[in-house]
Amino acid sequence: MLHLILFLFFGLICVAGAINLLAQSHPINSALSLIVVMASLAALYLLLGAEFVAAVQVIVYAGAIMVLFVITIMLLNAGAEERTRGSRIATLIGVPGVVAGGTLVAWTLLRRPDRPAFAIGALKGGPSDIARLLFHDYLLPFEVTSVLILIAIMGAVVLASRPEAVARGPRKDGE
Amino acid sequence: MVPLSCYLVLSGILFVCGVLGFLIKRNIITIFMSIELMLNGVNLSFVAFAAQWHALSGQVFVFFVMVVAAAEAAVGLAIIIAVYRTRETLNVDRVNLLKL
Amino acid sequence: MPKRHWKTKDILLSITAFLIISIVKSAAVIGVLLTAVAYSVWLERKVSAHIQNRWGPTRVGPFGLLQPLADGVKFIFKEDLTQPHVYKPLYIAAPIIAVVFAISSIAVIPFGNWVNIGPWGTYLQITDLNIGLLVVLGITSMGVYGVALAGWSSNNKYALLGGLRASAQMVSYEVSLGLSLVGVVIMAGSLSLRDIVDAQGGVFWGFIPRWNIFHGQTLAFFIYMISAYAETNRTPFDLPEAESELVAGYHTEYSAMKFAMFFMAEYANMVTVACIATLLFLGGWHGPIFGPPLLQAIMPVIWFCLKVFFFMFLYVWVRWTLPRFRYDQLMAFGWKVLLPLAVANVVYTALVVAWRA
Repeated sequence: MLHLILFLFFGLICVAGAINLLAQSHPINSALSLIVVMASLAALYLLLGAEFVAAVQVIVYAGAIMVLFVITIMLLNAGAEERTRGSRIATLIGVPGVVAGGTLVAWTLLRRPDRPAFAIGALKGGPSDIARLLFHDYLLPFEVTSVLILIAIMGAVVLASRPEAVARGPRKDGE
Repeated sequence: MVPLSCYLVLSGILFVCGVLGFLIKRNIITIFMSIELMLNGVNLSFVAFAAQWHALSGQVFVFFVMVVAAAEAAVGLAIIIAVYRTRETLNVDRVNLLKL
Repeated sequence: MPKRHWKTKDILLSITAFLIISIVKSAAVIGVLLTAVAYSVWLERKVSAHIQNRWGPTRVGPFGLLQPLADGVKFIFKEDLTQPHVYKPLYIAAPIIAVVFAISSIAVIPFGNWVNIGPWGTYLQITDLNIGLLVVLGITSMGVYGVALAGWSSNNKYALLGGLRASAQMVSYEVSLGLSLVGVVIMAGSLSLRDIVDAQGGVFWGFIPRWNIFHGQTLAFFIYMISAYAETNRTPFDLPEAESELVAGYHTEYSAMKFAMFFMAEYANMVTVACIATLLFLGGWHGPIFGPPLLQAIMPVIWFCLKVFFFMFLYVWVRWTLPRFRYDQLMAFGWKVLLPLAVANVVYTALVVAWRA
């Protein structure tokens, strides 16, 4: 019962945040509603017993990735969204198609309500069990993602720095 | 007690909201945020399935998705900054030419 | 079925007891924290005055001890200005975000061991989580939004520059801060703050305490302290509010209680940083215990408070000793010096622990 109440509470916050992301015209409001979605998702992960994932969700998603978004919005001084036509095919076929597909999936899932339900904290296993999986069973994917991150860092530095600055070489102190 | 399907439907709603944002939004940063919303929806279903099957690997996949999202955000936002420098707009409809 | 009925009543009773204990603990901890925040402002003014050969606050109460009260009354009665050009919803939300995240991270910090008060007993901690350290890191990483949004919503160039600087600085230094804690986590083998403190009990050769700072984590301690100073925007890293170039940085447009909230958030963050440094590197509540039984009972808490006080004093001492960095120096130092050192410390600690195992 408690699980259901908490699930409905955080789930509704999630959905409200996601819809607000679509409704707001200024990107910073969209970014803030996305942060709300992520925080309530972290609460849902806690409900499922995935404490480590909840903490990482807050630290990485809400605390690092979204900060990058907010910095970019502030840096570019992005104003409210311009309403232009966009792709007509995407709006005419895409939007109803996606809504219909989503409804179909939801209907299929909810058609069989006799699925086993789980209680609060259904997932057993703390950070050390995840660490064993991550550094033992999934060691190769883990190392590959670290290479990916390294490439992403270099790419971001090259893309975001001005071309003249790259040509001139590293900046000397006091220049 | 909440059945698995409720979590899956919630994750589906988040994913659909992300796709809708991708289709109807015109600001390139908001479009990018819609992609993050989709990834979040997928993460929720990963954790829900992990709870269903008592398999911790679902959580490890969420971890990998987050790493990929972080890499994507770093590169994507750098591209957005580079685009803004040359075009001085964030509207995707005005960034439709390969050459200035 | 009487038995079933009895069971439900029992569960309800235990839930009520749990709720009452939690509420009492939360209220007590928040009360103590807010008092500590108020008096660290007094401490800062007093110590900085003595460093500069002045008296500091002396008028209100003995040694100016009632000065925080007077400051609070003044903040409440000041006119609360809201400029017409600000973006109102975020302008109002930003200080609240800052102060809420600053205060809530105290929830997982243990102040002492198990205590017995009459028939009841409790840990001196609101809640013990097995990911306590990650929770603190997560909550502090959310604190960036208060500063960034304040700078942006003020619609003022100085505030925007301060907000931008603050968010870039806090995101950069968070990396080395997190990595400097990994060594400690490897040593303790747990993310729970209570387990980390318990792993530091005992002494070397009879007199050196087995605290992490004397146990191979000295470098990590200094990396943590430096990045924590940057995280809390304190001198020598107070670029976001550098008064000689940015007026007052991100809180230029704030007055009265809204400004006081930023002030409270800054000092609450300092207290949190001091608590984490104490727990992770200085052995938490461990220390020599002597004296009559009653004193022995509260001795751990006294040791904890003394260590936290030491770090608060260090903040002020550093503030009046070191000049401010330039912004590019700050970024270069964070990424090119602290981060490699932190990574080297992680590798070194992991190798040593693996060698011993």
